[in-house]
Amino acid sequence: MKQQELEKAKEYKYGFTTDIESIRAPKGLNEDVIKFISNIKKEPKWMLEWRLKAFSRLKNLQEPNWQKPKYPKINYQDLYYYSAPKSASSKPKSLAEVDPKLIDTYKKLGIPLNEQKKLSGIAVDAVFDSVSVATTFKEELTKKGIIFCPISEAIIKHPDLVKKYLGSVIPITDHYFATLNSAVFTDGSFVYIPEGVRCPMELSTYFRINASETGQFERTLIIADKGSYVSYLEGCTAPMRDENQLHAANVELIAHDDAEIKYSTVQNWYPGDKDGKGGIYNFVTKRGLCKGKNSKISWTQVETGSAITWKYPSCILQGDNSVGEFYSIAITNNHQKADTGTKMIHLGKNTKSKIISKGISAGFADNTYRGLVKINNKASNARNYTQCDSLLMGNKCGAHTIPYIENKSSTANIEHEATTSKISDEQLFYCNQRGLNQEEAVGLIVNGFCKEVLQQLPMEFAVEAQKLVGISLEGSVG
Amino acid sequence: MLDISNLSASIEGKNILKNFNLKIKTGEVHAIMGPNGSGKSTLANVLSGKKGYKIEGKAFFEGEDILNTPIEERAQKGIFLAFQYPTEIPGVNTNNFLKTSLNTIRKSKGLKEIDTLEFLKLVKEKSKKLKIEEKILSRQLNVGFSGGEKKKNEILQMTILEPKLGILDETDSGLDIDALRVVSDGVNSLRNKNRSFLIITHYQRLLDYIKPDFVHVLVDGNIVKTGSSNLAHELEKDGYEGVTSAK
Repeated sequence: MKQQELEKAKEYKYGFTTDIESIRAPKGLNEDVIKFISNIKKEPKWMLEWRLKAFSRLKNLQEPNWQKPKYPKINYQDLYYYSAPKSASSKPKSLAEVDPKLIDTYKKLGIPLNEQKKLSGIAVDAVFDSVSVATTFKEELTKKGIIFCPISEAIIKHPDLVKKYLGSVIPITDHYFATLNSAVFTDGSFVYIPEGVRCPMELSTYFRINASETGQFERTLIIADKGSYVSYLEGCTAPMRDENQLHAANVELIAHDDAEIKYSTVQNWYPGDKDGKGGIYNFVTKRGLCKGKNSKISWTQVETGSAITWKYPSCILQGDNSVGEFYSIAITNNHQKADTGTKMIHLGKNTKSKIISKGISAGFADNTYRGLVKINNKASNARNYTQCDSLLMGNKCGAHTIPYIENKSSTANIEHEATTSKISDEQLFYCNQRGLNQEEAVGLIVNGFCKEVLQQLPMEFAVEAQKLVGISLEGSVG
Repeated sequence: MLDISNLSASIEGKNILKNFNLKIKTGEVHAIMGPNGSGKSTLANVLSGKKGYKIEGKAFFEGEDILNTPIEERAQKGIFLAFQYPTEIPGVNTNNFLKTSLNTIRKSKGLKEIDTLEFLKLVKEKSKKLKIEEKILSRQLNVGFSGGEKKKNEILQMTILEPKLGILDETDSGLDIDALRVVSDGVNSLRNKNRSFLIITHYQRLLDYIKPDFVHVLVDGNIVKTGSSNLAHELEKDGYEGVTSAK
């Protein structure tokens, strides 16, 4: 490796590329490409029709542009919408059949897929570009009636469930990127937890973008039936490339009566280089429906990667007494930009929501919290608590808090707190005097700042996330 | 252990220390007293490496000029500053902070890191000895601590990190008699032939509990008088002016 590449690799250790032969759809966005995707995934006719309906709707939609981070116009005809390792096209039946190159890739990313070395207590679905390459612990989960598989497999094996729920929270007509995803989505995870079952392990999907000039359109659907519980975690990385790559995912969650879904994200897509060249555009629609009474959906996100992060994991609190939570850490360094937050839509009685957002800006970065709390007239005794804290490092970055509150109920109780602070020289001096170097000190102070959110992560990932928080800010204090 | 020669320090164009000289031998306890603005805290800051000062002169710590050494390396070599105003770090658990600090320093010396269980045992033992309530250690670092708790916490950190040179920057200011006893017990328990202290104070009171080997009077950036611990009593009686004009 050349010196420069070595330097780069130090900044983003997941930036390697896997040299693997792949099958791609022809470049561009049109009906033929959608048919190609549907065909290669051996989808039933209804699925193709659903995609085409979304595509025809897409033609009448405009890209939204109200967000703070602007980006150059994306040429949608100049992208590949499907790319898969050739070796994965015939759907390997067991891990023994999975291309060793892919197993190696995930090993390098710290996600062992081999039967012997599987992460204990965590079932993993590994998605590489447009296909799922392996899912671990499948049999064990099946014994409990839990379905955890690639969504492409669920479309074929569990069409009734998919038909019933797909697009029920994010309709195909929702907005530009969600509709685009509905037309061209390739893979992602499908989870169904049957009534009364508490999922015995963490479910996790690891997304990897590898191919160049390729968009990744992941689709995840999680259904927790009455009285069930599941904790799900997604992680993501991508190689370092000079081009910007689009990741436009849709994630839908449905929680029935007394069910609980905990959804955690550790997003570490390639953020671009120090000068803001390259990096992922992470334009994601995530929405959860608390459909049943006493249901609960909790989003936790640690966003450290991507050139632009633009997402609002939301909760529709339809069931009476349902609870929505959003815990977020968004770190932007160098030229990264983020416009992220949540929407809490209170429809049912006695619904509760809690929003804890921690934004950290360094370098030339710009970080916006944008959040909506909406309380319907029928949502009596609704409660919301929002806390938005921003931490600035240096004087060339920005932090913004944009809360929207729409209240139509006289019995609602809404609280909003916001703070902006800086890491002080006194704090750094204190840590240095106790033997910590600048980077250790910053890591410690920032982790303290993020503590309430980090505590929400499953144990296994909290430690990783803490490290990531430190690494993302390396070199940000001079 | 510490040999400061011709040390001058200025901040924002204002000269604070002027050709300051001081030698502290291993095992000695030196007290520096002086009126407000005489340069006492500046001395503590410059020795520990705080940024923002323009510095001339030399300060040898164990034979090595440390004035250009990064702050954390000085700390790792064994210089500890008990802060006059310990800063608050929200969200950071005091115990975790102290464990991180201890292990960083141990690592720099090539020692094995100590695990959480060993650490908690150590903290329990030390805090019991100093009669410091353990529960402050499970709180966020200095957040919501009373003035006394902050200072006690500094002393507890010092007894755990076991530095070679302990610098106390007006640790006694604003303390009640019980807290003062904790501070002096901390210093006295660490006092031995291998460890030195530089105690900066306004009042003679602390020196009733910690008997220094030398007392220096700092006025306008320079030591104007040096004596035994009796000098502190004279200062209390006659004031700085009385003592310094009598030279």
